[in-house]
Amino acid sequence: MIVIEAEGLKKNFGNVKALRGISFEVKRGEIFGFLGPNGAGKTTTVRILTCILKPDSGKARINGYDVVRDTLKAKQSIGVLPEVSNAYPDLTAWQNIMLIASLYGMRRSEAEARANELLKEFGIHERKDAKVRGFSKGMKQRLMLSMALISDPEIIFLDEPTSGLDVQSARMIREKILEIANERKTVFLTSHNMDEVNLLCDRVAIVNKGKIVTIDTPERLKSRVGGNVAIEVSFGDKVVLNLENAERFGNKYVIYTTNPYKTICEVVDFARKSGTKMISINTRTPTLEDAFLKLLEMER
Amino acid sequence: MKCLAIAKKDIVMYYLKGPVVIFGILLPLFLFLAFWIGRNLPLNFLIAGLISMTVFFASTSVSPVIAPWEGQMRTLERLLTCPISTTTIVFGDILASITFGIGISIVPLLLALGFGLMLNPVIIPAIILAAFCFSCLGLLFSAYPTNLPSTIMMISSLIRFPLIFISGIFIPIQELPAWGKTISMLSPLTYFTDIVRVSLGMSSFLPLYLDFIILAGFSIGFLALAIKLHEHALLRRL
Ligand SMILES: Nc1ncnc2c1ncn2[C@@H]1O[C@H](COP(=O)(O)OP(=O)(O)OP(=O)(O)O)[C@@H](O)[C@H]1O
Ligand SMILES: [Mg+2]
Repeated sequence: MIVIEAEGLKKNFGNVKALRGISFEVKRGEIFGFLGPNGAGKTTTVRILTCILKPDSGKARINGYDVVRDTLKAKQSIGVLPEVSNAYPDLTAWQNIMLIASLYGMRRSEAEARANELLKEFGIHERKDAKVRGFSKGMKQRLMLSMALISDPEIIFLDEPTSGLDVQSARMIREKILEIANERKTVFLTSHNMDEVNLLCDRVAIVNKGKIVTIDTPERLKSRVGGNVAIEVSFGDKVVLNLENAERFGNKYVIYTTNPYKTICEVVDFARKSGTKMISINTRTPTLEDAFLKLLEMER
Repeated sequence: MKCLAIAKKDIVMYYLKGPVVIFGILLPLFLFLAFWIGRNLPLNFLIAGLISMTVFFASTSVSPVIAPWEGQMRTLERLLTCPISTTTIVFGDILASITFGIGISIVPLLLALGFGLMLNPVIIPAIILAAFCFSCLGLLFSAYPTNLPSTIMMISSLIRFPLIFISGIFIPIQELPAWGKTISMLSPLTYFTDIVRVSLGMSSFLPLYLDFIILAGFSIGFLALAIKLHEHALLRRL
């Protein structure tokens, strides 16, 4: 069953073309990653899907409800953690979470039970009666996630939920995301952290300049770089290495290959012939980051 | 019900903010003292002026700062993703503002009773209606989509001060020249002041029922306009 549908979404801000036709579908129970460089249009897409912005053209549906025409119904089934947003600083954690519960029309007893459960799970229950003003960044973000989950939503939008957090807070949030998906709920996740996306997502859309470059599973995206082994070589000087599937990063090259022995010989030959010093060489498996960079380069 | 939750949040967040206290409580007090000292005016005239001014300033001080502050604190997007309409948000904000206006108005009312003045109970529905009307007016001040509360405070002062002077608080309408009377008819505060003066035993300029009807008319107009303008303005604050 398809629960998030975007069809040719376009959005301009003055002269800036933020979205130039975004289309995709997300199935129930999926963790769907949205990956792209700064300014690609990720947050704009999230804001349209969460009924904050209206698209200039195109359609979007949440649980079958049109985000422009059936706004309240669409909003009722989602939980949102916006990219930059705060809880009310002069309200306590408890007051903040109960405010959201009331706005979703939850019954008081049900809301209290769930709030207690969430705050305990995220380790902020002892501080529930303290004003949010004094919370650390990680505590604030964990509270924001509790607020997003209080209504037990079918679909959850998380816009860079772990950016800028310490390892512990980030891990807590990631574990919760997996748990949510296990309950057959749908998660829409934007992130700059490739490991996170690789670990969590069932499918990933790569966006750039307001368009979708590709949508695929992390595994298949990784295999698209042109080989199952990545060889990293750094040279002492700036050199031009002409090998198939070689990507340059300053004085460093990454070469994707299915025949590492042959490629390493070629690299060593090259170093010997051109007289450049080879500082290091190592092999690893391609990462999602490799795929991401490669696909964005092909776009240019 | 959802607007009650919004109003509760507004009360905890905004009642004690500096500009709200300064413009809502201290300013009418200072204006009153400046108006009183060194003059020999009848007590009921003075207290009528104090009541009008207090209700007016108190009711217009909470509602305009909410939206710019929510934009600046970045709490607005979270609020807008909840399944509520702009109308619910506007009603919640107005409820918080009315409560402030009515609460503060108790002070000059007690003062009047303390001085042994007789108060006609018609003043109670008048204060409630006026607090509603001025709260809606206050929301219009923040329809300009800036996230700087200070800009909104400036806009609201620019509008509130002239209104104070044309509303028969310092000079009774009856004593104004014809053009002055015409101008004063544009201010909703005129009608409230008229009712307050009657309830303190002075003569009214318009029949009471007309004062109430016009005040209600202003309220509905302001409310409809505020909802319409905020529907656009809220999104531009993100
Ligand atoms: N409210 C706005 N007004 C004007 N321009 C905007 C607005 N919101 C977004 N933009 C522009 O639209 C483009 C897409 O922005 P968006 O925030 O969607 O990117 P993003 O992919 O979320 O980036 P990031 O990774 O930095 O969060 C950018 O060029 C941005 O400057
Ligand atoms: Mg973003």
